[in-house]
Amino acid sequence: MNNSYSAMRIFITLFFAMCLRIVPLSDTLAPLNPDWVLLVLIYWSLAIPESVGIAHAWFLGILVDVLLGRHFGQNAFIYSLVIYACLVWHKQLRQFPVVQQSAFIFLCLLFSQLLFFWFKNVHASVQITGIFWLPIFSGTVLWPFIYQLMRSIRRF
Amino acid sequence: MPLRATLSVLTDSLKYAVDLPISLFEKVSSELSSYDTLKKENTSLRQEQLINRTQLLKFDALEKENIRLRALLENSFKLGEQVLIAELLSINLVADEHIMVVNKGTRFGVHPQQPVLDINGVVGQVFRALPFSSEIMLITDPNHAIPVQVNRNGLLTIAVGSGMSNQLNLPYLPNNADIRPGDLLITSGLGGVFPAGYPVGIVDDFPETNNKSIPHITATPKSLLDRKREVLIVWGSNALMPLTTPLSKTPADNEQ
Repeated sequence: MNNSYSAMRIFITLFFAMCLRIVPLSDTLAPLNPDWVLLVLIYWSLAIPESVGIAHAWFLGILVDVLLGRHFGQNAFIYSLVIYACLVWHKQLRQFPVVQQSAFIFLCLLFSQLLFFWFKNVHASVQITGIFWLPIFSGTVLWPFIYQLMRSIRRF
Repeated sequence: MPLRATLSVLTDSLKYAVDLPISLFEKVSSELSSYDTLKKENTSLRQEQLINRTQLLKFDALEKENIRLRALLENSFKLGEQVLIAELLSINLVADEHIMVVNKGTRFGVHPQQPVLDINGVVGQVFRALPFSSEIMLITDPNHAIPVQVNRNGLLTIAVGSGMSNQLNLPYLPNNADIRPGDLLITSGLGGVFPAGYPVGIVDDFPETNNKSIPHITATPKSLLDRKREVLIVWGSNALMPLTTPLSKTPADNEQ
């Protein structure tokens, strides 16, 4: 595949992922909005690990920090750690059936959300409710669909 | 934060891109509104303006009187707040935080800690100003607290955000506080962020108890926090409001 062609796809999918991250939803749906950017990034790191690396994840995380008004480096740190795990295990993960893959995605999202919780608490002690953890579940449930969609985009 | 400001040019274009379909839809639907509805709206607006104008006439006289009385008391009174109308972008940043994004930023001179109002009352304060947009923390955010007073008797307290868009908590009240359901809470001006005298909320119903111990008291914000598209960013007095009356004050200072 042409390299600039796939770079274009990565760029466009990440652009839409960032748009989806801030899309306005109703009060009931908004807490369910998963971390689209991380999910898309995980897909690309599993599909073409030779061209999507930790540096990309880190820079994208910085952009997401600015987009969401977080402290600098929160998302960058979390994304690079998750993408590191994906790169280490990408060969096994590719062979996994979709259920097992979803379990891995669940662990990734749980890890990232736990770190977010920790960052929040370092900043100031906070109260969180159950809805804080909802994006993990919605992301896990959506992963098979995202995987299929992204695969068809990659092979298009 | 020059790095954040620079990168925000990229991300702000995203925010505007997400907002575009919704604002476009609103623009089109307002373009397509019929002559009849426009006419009706026009008449109702004209009536409203008439009422507002007569009230303003009275307000003018009251303001003059207030200045004179405050001059007698040797107290400072700042006038002439400057406002900027900003429009909310329809985007959701973080689900469990009440932060909204408006389309005016440092290019318009917006800076952090500016109070933000709408026609009904206090909305929040500017949390972070970027070149093309700024983030506004609403008074209902769990991390936000606003110094208020009860309009009826001047009782001072602090209203803390609850995390729900229609509720404020009043946790710091003594047991014998004179507060009743339906009381209007206004900004007290203490703390120096919010100018004094703007409506914040109405105290909710709470059960009266025999032993005078006050239950968990809540209030409903006056501003329609989840519906408004337009807000006012205010440039108030830059100086902190004096907590005590300064001793050496010449009468000339009070004339303004």
